Amino acid sequence: MNLDNTTSPNQGGCTAKGMLQGQFVICECLFQSWRQHGRTAGHPSKSALPPSISQLLIFELVVADLQRKIREAFEVFDHELNNTVDVREIGTIIRSLGCCPNEGELHDLIAEVEEEEPTGYIRFEKFLPVMTNILVEKRYRPIPEEILLQAFEVLDPTKRGFLSKEELIKYMTEEGEPFSQEEMEEMLSAAIGPESNFIHYRDYITMMVIDEN
Amino acid sequence: MGSGASTHHHFAFQNAEKAFKAAVLIQRWYRRYMARLEMRRQCTWSIFQSMEYAGQQDQVKLHDFFSYLVDHFTPSSHSERDFLNRMFTEERVPRDSEVEKCSDYESIEVPDNYTGPHLSFPLLPDHATALVEAFRLKQQLHARYVLNLLHETRKHLVQLPNISRVSTCYSEEITVCGDLHGQLDDLIFIFYKNGLPSPERAYVFNGDFVDRGKDSVEILMVLFAFMLVYPKEFHLNRGNHEDHMVNLRYGFTTEVMQKYKTHGKKILQRLQDVFCWLPLATLVDEKVLILHGGVSDMTDLELLSKLDRHKIVSTLRCKTRKEKEKQAEEKGKAKQTSSAGSLSPWFLPQSRSLPSSPLHLSSHKTHKTGRSSSVPSSILLDPRGLSRQARRSVDLELERCRQQAGFPVIKEKEEPWVFNPEADSAAGDLLEPSQEEWRQVVDILWSDPMAQEGCKANTVRGGGCYFGPNVTKRLLQKYDLQLLIRSHECKPEGYEFCHSRKVLTIFSASNYYAVGSNRGAYVKLGPALTPHIVQYQANKATHMLTMRQRISRVEESALRALRGKLFAHSSDLLEEFKKRDNGNTGLITLSDWAAAVESVLHLGLPWRMLRPQLVNSSTGNMLEYKSWLEDLAKEQLSHENIQSSLLETLYRNRSNLETIFRIIDSDHSGFISLDEFRQTWKLFSSHMKMDITDDGICDLARSIDFNKDGHIDINEFLEAVRLVEQSCSEGNASDCPQASNAKGSGSWPPTEDSLVSVTQVAS
Repeated sequence: MNLDNTTSPNQGGCTAKGMLQGQFVICECLFQSWRQHGRTAGHPSKSALPPSISQLLIFELVVADLQRKIREAFEVFDHELNNTVDVREIGTIIRSLGCCPNEGELHDLIAEVEEEEPTGYIRFEKFLPVMTNILVEKRYRPIPEEILLQAFEVLDPTKRGFLSKEELIKYMTEEGEPFSQEEMEEMLSAAIGPESNFIHYRDYITMMVIDEN
Repeated sequence: MGSGASTHHHFAFQNAEKAFKAAVLIQRWYRRYMARLEMRRQCTWSIFQSMEYAGQQDQVKLHDFFSYLVDHFTPSSHSERDFLNRMFTEERVPRDSEVEKCSDYESIEVPDNYTGPHLSFPLLPDHATALVEAFRLKQQLHARYVLNLLHETRKHLVQLPNISRVSTCYSEEITVCGDLHGQLDDLIFIFYKNGLPSPERAYVFNGDFVDRGKDSVEILMVLFAFMLVYPKEFHLNRGNHEDHMVNLRYGFTTEVMQKYKTHGKKILQRLQDVFCWLPLATLVDEKVLILHGGVSDMTDLELLSKLDRHKIVSTLRCKTRKEKEKQAEEKGKAKQTSSAGSLSPWFLPQSRSLPSSPLHLSSHKTHKTGRSSSVPSSILLDPRGLSRQARRSVDLELERCRQQAGFPVIKEKEEPWVFNPEADSAAGDLLEPSQEEWRQVVDILWSDPMAQEGCKANTVRGGGCYFGPNVTKRLLQKYDLQLLIRSHECKPEGYEFCHSRKVLTIFSASNYYAVGSNRGAYVKLGPALTPHIVQYQANKATHMLTMRQRISRVEESALRALRGKLFAHSSDLLEEFKKRDNGNTGLITLSDWAAAVESVLHLGLPWRMLRPQLVNSSTGNMLEYKSWLEDLAKEQLSHENIQSSLLETLYRNRSNLETIFRIIDSDHSGFISLDEFRQTWKLFSSHMKMDITDDGICDLARSIDFNKDGHIDINEFLEAVRLVEQSCSEGNASDCPQASNAKGSGSWPPTEDSLVSVTQVAS
């Protein structure tokens, strides 16, 4: 684990030699991060002591549970029942497991789990250790509501409390990691009524967040 | 730095960077939101599909259950024998001849106050159009016309070959439609959008016209009418739902009886016959093969062209000829019975193996009884009767039952025929299909494509197979074809290509699982035979919703159905939960919950993903399972007077029960006697995991007989068990806009705002 709280993805957990090895390697990761930061995922202790055997076993259980979750999400898109999914569904799977990477990060992840010669399909054996790592390290956390609000406010510097339809379209399709036309239309249909021309973003955010829960 | 201009640029740059970052943030968040929606949509789809196929498996199991009973159950009393016999017989219908058939409908009077459509034969195109319009206005066709139309339809179908041929030389375009399943709105929409059938506009309807939807009768009437009016351009293929056994379970039988009451039974009988005469496939320009299900690695189009399709009354019940006859006839074709006899029936407690299916024929004793011993004397006296198959097969069944039950047979075994040998074999040939023939038909009506190479048994449906890209390739090559169009499977977009675009699935019943669940589609073929697909969704309400709202609605339907299924297995679930509750704490982990549920329901669903919507009473990571089960029960039950464990069993088996009741209620009166009810339960409980005493059954029977007249109104009884379905349909009724559509505008075509957008999809 690096000091700025990122991991270089190719350390640990990616040898893909089987779940058990993956688990041990992950525990190894946890151990390392424990040593550096004094605590690991889920464990509240601030002490710098290395984890005991029982704590490692608990982590294993946690990890096993995470891996079952990953398998379930993967299987939803494994239409051919042969432990592969179309690479275009990987983003959906990762995001539905609670992560929120941007497109650039997603492309990097895909590169990690693809075959050397990309086949258009991702195999579960390659996907599992990478995804487990991500979940254990709690990478790509979702954005808190307040941050999201601030982002909208950046686009609305005069603080009117809303964005016009044209403004939103311009930002979403020209800035950042642009939306496709389909994405834009769908966002608009949820954000504003057919007559309206303004998105009151505070309300919009609240509505979407309620939907999630 | 320092000049105004560059500071301004600096700030501008910073602002741009901030805007960029803000945009990324918003986009990132939004994409995650959409991904979660997509996951929910996919999960919902899985729920519906797995439950649908589980239901189909049930049907097959039911068939096996009855066959097993016939073979193994020893009736201990005269009344039990009668009961068993009656389960397999249809009422003997008067002698089958053309004259008789005419008098079916001629004797029926159409009252003066009848306001529905009138039909006169021969039908003209205007009549067919008027019929569509009448149905759009929610009118009902009188039984007399129904029977007349069925009579004419049968006459027409009998002349058709098993594989219809269409050419784009005659019709410029050919439109192929998939499953309609009683959804008249979709049919009306297709005609509105694509145009009515005409000599220039050919149509092929690829099976599954009936069941599930509420207007199956009307759809059949329209389809048959157009077929009579444009016999060269309008074609129908048989689907696996054009089958009276399947109709018993999936709603068509009920619909007919509810709409036509006293005439319903006759209509159903005629229909059983008409269904058997439907062609099996259609070939366009000798290049595009259209059939309902799919193919197998054994599919033989030549054999399919030659067999007598009318012999295959139901793909669910196979009465085939004796082994040696079949061998002689097939001249070395591979035998199918290698697996027969070694599978133990699923419902015996010790066997948890694959259900017996149309593929794996269980060891019926049919071949022992055979034709020579079980032919009623009437056949021998009337050679014309030989060509009417449907009722004969039922008669044979009756005879077999009688034999099993120990009644004296009409003929001794091995008694020689009165006829000469040619007529003998003709009689034998005409009576029953060979096993190979039957299997060929089951394959094309039930199979599904899969992505992997090869061909394996379709265990999900219990019939037909899964066929891989190599099977498709080989078949297309063998018969010099370029495309296989099939239906049979619901697809979210109404269509789907597979096998390198050599197989096209087309499904025309939109909103099949629930309002908003899927689009419907049809495909057009021009002279170049390039498929051009048109999608639609015949419900305006969903169009106004956002994707999230649409998905939520469909999801709620699915979850409701799933919760019902969970309730139905409460006892088994409790057992599994207890197993995982080592310290008897009353708590289990959510992980254990998921594993337990899957081990009971076997639906292969992503339980951990669904958990938040199925379990809202967990504290931390643990669940109090007993109270969760109680909550489930509270949701489903409203009758307190029936023992809840009994109700649960009833609920779990309600589709089976409905089917059984309808079989018992052979005159379709809607009533069965208390005694019949008790006997049904006794049969059931003797072969299922049910500990219920005779007293318990009696109490149950008495409590259901509300007016104490010794009869149980089937519908009232089933109402008690169909509580959740009732509330489901009430919830969905408000979504349906068509109720407000009957404004009686009285013109064709219907106006635009009653329908919804259509997307054109280029090939």
